[in-house]
Amino acid sequence: MSEDQNFPAAMGHPTAHDVEVEKAAAGDPVADPGLAAHEPRPTDVDPHAEKRAERQIATLFGLSSVCAVLFVISYFVFKVGANPTIIAGLGASNVALGLTLGLALLLIGMGAIQWARKLMSDVEMVEMRHPAASSAEDREAAISSFQAGVKDSGIARRPLIRNSLIGALAFLGLPLIVVLRDLGPLPGNKLAHTVWRKGMRLTNDIAGTPIKPEEVEIGQLINGEPAIFYAKDAQGKPVIEGTELLQAKAKAAIIIVRMKPEDITPLPNRRNWGVSGILCYSKICTHVGCPISLWEQQTHHLLCPCHQSTFDLADNGKVIFGPAGRALPQLPITVDSEGYLVAQSDFHEPVGPSYWERG
Amino acid sequence: MRLLTARLSAKRRSPLAGLVVVLLGLLLTGGAYTFLSPASAQTGSADQSKIDAGRRLFLVGCASCHGENGEGVVTKRGTQYGPPLVGVGAAAVDFQVGTGRMPMARPGAQAQQKEVLYNQEEISQLAAYVASLGPGPAEPTKAQYDVNGIDNASVVRGGEFWRTNCTACHNFAAAGGALPGGKYAPSLRHVPPKKIYEAMLTGPQQMPVFSDGVLKPSEKRDVIAYIKSIQDSPNYGGYNLGSLGPVSEGLAAWVIGIGALVAFAIWIASHSVRSRKGAKA
Repeated sequence: MSEDQNFPAAMGHPTAHDVEVEKAAAGDPVADPGLAAHEPRPTDVDPHAEKRAERQIATLFGLSSVCAVLFVISYFVFKVGANPTIIAGLGASNVALGLTLGLALLLIGMGAIQWARKLMSDVEMVEMRHPAASSAEDREAAISSFQAGVKDSGIARRPLIRNSLIGALAFLGLPLIVVLRDLGPLPGNKLAHTVWRKGMRLTNDIAGTPIKPEEVEIGQLINGEPAIFYAKDAQGKPVIEGTELLQAKAKAAIIIVRMKPEDITPLPNRRNWGVSGILCYSKICTHVGCPISLWEQQTHHLLCPCHQSTFDLADNGKVIFGPAGRALPQLPITVDSEGYLVAQSDFHEPVGPSYWERG
Repeated sequence: MRLLTARLSAKRRSPLAGLVVVLLGLLLTGGAYTFLSPASAQTGSADQSKIDAGRRLFLVGCASCHGENGEGVVTKRGTQYGPPLVGVGAAAVDFQVGTGRMPMARPGAQAQQKEVLYNQEEISQLAAYVASLGPGPAEPTKAQYDVNGIDNASVVRGGEFWRTNCTACHNFAAAGGALPGGKYAPSLRHVPPKKIYEAMLTGPQQMPVFSDGVLKPSEKRDVIAYIKSIQDSPNYGGYNLGSLGPVSEGLAAWVIGIGALVAFAIWIASHSVRSRKGAKA
């Protein structure tokens, strides 16, 4: 296919395609208006305008080079790190680097567009649509070369080669299966349990200090963790650390709140799950597992910042708004012999979002 | 005590012995209290005049909602019109009145921070009166909230407490955030250290309490030091668009950034380089 096809004016010999188009146009009730008369640009007819456009474009490219140089200068001049250069309350380095590099690119773009619009060739074009299928000759050639290949390989005549190839491809599945097996084993009942045990102390997160009920005031919120996260073994090493700690933390994080006892409406089997108005809930949202600690002390509502699920902590963690499907699991707590808050047991249900096996 | 009196009376067989022991015990306790109790007698008159002045201010500016004796006012529907102030302590008064949240201009979802209506002396008089209603947290001392010269390790530790306890409402950059029902957690970018300490201590409005027993005074100081480090740090990456995270940044990118590109493209296409002027020349 030649380029000429796109220029009706320069068309020497009509192709089959163009004849089709003309035939269709002949029956058209609306006459083809044709192309509007060509109007030259100032730069086409006026040599001064052409020179001016040339200088404009060169200026844009020149300014771009200046910006690139300014980028390098500001890279070395403005301080970063602990004591950065500040201009008008903004970090000077980032602002200067962004502005100079952005302008350098923008100016090249502006110059290129001016060049194309004012100086490059200016002719009207008509581009005809091409047929979607390739030509009959091309298709014929492709099919015959494929068949020649099949014949040459003799796959039909040599069943031994064919069958061993099929076998080799099938055995390639083995490495795949062995490697994918490492994605397992299935988690079993790990999702259903946390590190909480009977008698484990509740501690303030980060500090790791155990909590006495008399230190907790009405309207208080404590972001807590089990004491085992801060426990050390005989050698002074943490009992749980690394990945294991992070995984355990993702399930065992809690919030401890204190409300007026008369505001709380516990379920019949949860009457002894708190200590004089102090209740403990999982910190993990039952929707998709965000940690929640946005607690309004006057309404007793706990709001998840991710999707606005809202739980009423005075009413057994009931969902009162949002996409969460289950009430927030409650950790039954009591006081140990030294007067610190401890868990009565693990959570009675899996914490966090629902999963297949949970049903 | 009963054992003791029983043994004594058993030995002496006097019916008055028990009474004498009880009287002796009371006398000792009372005497010890006089010696060991806080020196309230010396400062009593000055305190009392401060409390009286506070009460006069309270009756004018606060009693219509909080009751004449700070006992709170309950509406006909049983909700609180103004909460009782017994036991809220001087720290709560200094925070609420000292930030202009109290007295409230009108009932609403939340008391707004506004112009402070009382001077510092009047605030301390009000605080003294409210503190006299029942034991509550006192105003923090300067040593508790002053973070000048604090070491870097404390700031880092304060950051850990901050991200655990505060960022859910106040935003990681202390820019504040929305709460349900028209309420909001205010920005902390211009709050002085003392007010931050008092807010943690008393839990104003929907904010939970972070008592000194659980979040120790030194840990509170670390948190304040971290907030101060946020307040002092410049907008290193250019304009922060309110530090609201992906929402405001995405909005700016789509509306301003892509909007400018579209406008630029339209401007390029709508301005012809042809002109009659050029054709004539």
